[in-house]
Amino acid sequence: MSSTALLEAIVDGVLTGGVYALMAAGLTLIFGVMDIINIAQGVMVVLGAYLSYELSVHLGIGLLPGLLITVPVMFALGVAIEFCFMRRLREQDRTQMSILVTYAVAIVIEGILTAIFGVDYHQLQASYVNSSVHVFGFYLPYIYLIGFGLAVALLIGLYYTLYRTKFGRAVRASLQNRTAADLIGIDVNRVRTISVGIGVAVTAVGGMVFGATNAFNPNTGYDLISRLLAIVILGGMGSIGGAMAAAIFLLVINDVVAVAWSPTWAPLVYFAALVLILSLRPQGLFGRAAVRAQ
Amino acid sequence: VNDADRPARSDAVTMSPRRPAASVRALMIAVGVVVVAVFVVFPLAVTDPTATSIAVFTLAFMVATSAWNIFSGYSGYLALGHAVFFGCGGYAVALAARDWHVAGGWPVFALLPFGGLVAGLIAIPVGLIALRTRRHTFVVVTIAIFFIFQLAAFNLTFTGGTSGITLPFAPFSPANYNQPFYYVALIILVLTVIASWAVRRSRFGLQLLAIRDDEDRALGLGVRTRRVKLIAFTISAIPVGMVGGLYFYFVGQIYPQFGFDPLFDVSLALMGFLGGLGTLVGPLLGALVLEALQQYLTQSVSGNGTYLIAYGVLFLAVILVMPRGIVPGVSDWFERRRVKAAQSTAAEHDANVARSVAGAAR
Repeated sequence: MSSTALLEAIVDGVLTGGVYALMAAGLTLIFGVMDIINIAQGVMVVLGAYLSYELSVHLGIGLLPGLLITVPVMFALGVAIEFCFMRRLREQDRTQMSILVTYAVAIVIEGILTAIFGVDYHQLQASYVNSSVHVFGFYLPYIYLIGFGLAVALLIGLYYTLYRTKFGRAVRASLQNRTAADLIGIDVNRVRTISVGIGVAVTAVGGMVFGATNAFNPNTGYDLISRLLAIVILGGMGSIGGAMAAAIFLLVINDVVAVAWSPTWAPLVYFAALVLILSLRPQGLFGRAAVRAQ
Repeated sequence: VNDADRPARSDAVTMSPRRPAASVRALMIAVGVVVVAVFVVFPLAVTDPTATSIAVFTLAFMVATSAWNIFSGYSGYLALGHAVFFGCGGYAVALAARDWHVAGGWPVFALLPFGGLVAGLIAIPVGLIALRTRRHTFVVVTIAIFFIFQLAAFNLTFTGGTSGITLPFAPFSPANYNQPFYYVALIILVLTVIASWAVRRSRFGLQLLAIRDDEDRALGLGVRTRRVKLIAFTISAIPVGMVGGLYFYFVGQIYPQFGFDPLFDVSLALMGFLGGLGTLVGPLLGALVLEALQQYLTQSVSGNGTYLIAYGVLFLAVILVMPRGIVPGVSDWFERRRVKAAQSTAAEHDANVARSVAGAAR
């Protein structure tokens, strides 16, 4: 294996890892504030990709301007799902129940997508998807750079919102202790609804980049959610920084193994690394020892 | 008189659900016998091959859900990787039939215990690794292990890769082709239900329930939690492996996408959950309703996503209406009625006593 190929694998891993980090950050944010594991996150990414596809093919709105429409739509979807289903789950077995409820939501979304688009694979097209830039002796499609840039910008925005604004402080307070947050006058339900909205809205961006770099059909969501879950668990549930580190770590491993050994075995190494690390450190890389009593 | 019979009465109200009255028990046994009789007679009465093939699939899922419940229902650990055992059982039977040149027909059924054994042996290392973690981490580790197995089945050579393995042709008469599969599945189901019942009633079952309620306290009270969890995990894998062998023999071939199907993982959870986790009858009922419905929907409205939508909406509705599942939901309802009835008789009794006391005083 040449050093250029290795370098290319690492750069690819970091760039795609950034996009996965964004999608996983949404998942971990929803878990952090609500103790809810959103199994539908994967199919929502696919839904975001289909929305971008519809806008670009039928309305002629480009992928990047289309985000101005798809992001609010996905935000509204998140708010609606939180309002209709998530807040109706009882506190004591919320995490386990949420897996089932959001899975049912995923099935419904998958069914709707299948009914409208069928099971054929689609891929998003744009000028910057097919052209590439020549760096370090290999070609890098512009979309990887755009996706990584968007993801980093949004993650910084998310970080800023969480750690530098009043709303962010309310989110973190509800995350640490719901009852105490309630007592000091935070409207926990509102914080939760908006957090879920944000957590789902990032899938619009993730879906656009994912759809431009991969072929997708309504079924793709399952492969995605397993990877995203691996990332957030490895990073430690509820930790956005952990999700970023884990996403880049796992995607680099994946891409390096694909180049050095074989692309078919790469996902296996990905999951094996996860199992290995979790059996040594069950709380994940950055998780607190016990996330909270359920 | 009043003070002496009051505690006894409140005892009768709170203790009775644990020890059903003789009449209730007789009724339950009668219902059980009737249900078993219906299952035995079903393929003789209904000969439509579509219906009987749905019945075979449904029985297979009843076995798998019931077995899954022995671990996940009783211990509270949500395992989403039992497709590993389903697929390994299927592959074990398919490979054994191919490499040992087993003739189609009844001899293949004799390989099913081998499928169960392989699944049980695989469950030990899988359980040792996965059970180091708890709660949602456990859920994700089981999913990850599941994907490792699926990828291995895709990429290894002895599994036949993407095209998989064809099982020997079963030379049963076309008119009654489904019957042998049905009855073998029914036998496995009866054995699984007996195992589930035995676990539930044993000291071992109580230890599992203690782990579900509070694992740290159970450990503190002397339950060897790791050993108990691992044994339950292994027990729950064996019937899933056996019925996996049967399922893929019935279908005729096994390939990775189908042998290790993520939908299978979640289906077991949905079915167990719909019926009522940790109950004996709940998972059976959940699998009976959901698998039959899903098969029916797939066969009647195929092609587009309509059946997915119907399935998802139904599932959401059930969760929101009956958050604990059918069996606990229904028994809660009966319990409320009983308590209400008991309270009204108690109030009546009190009123009578008060009246007689008042009469005596006068």
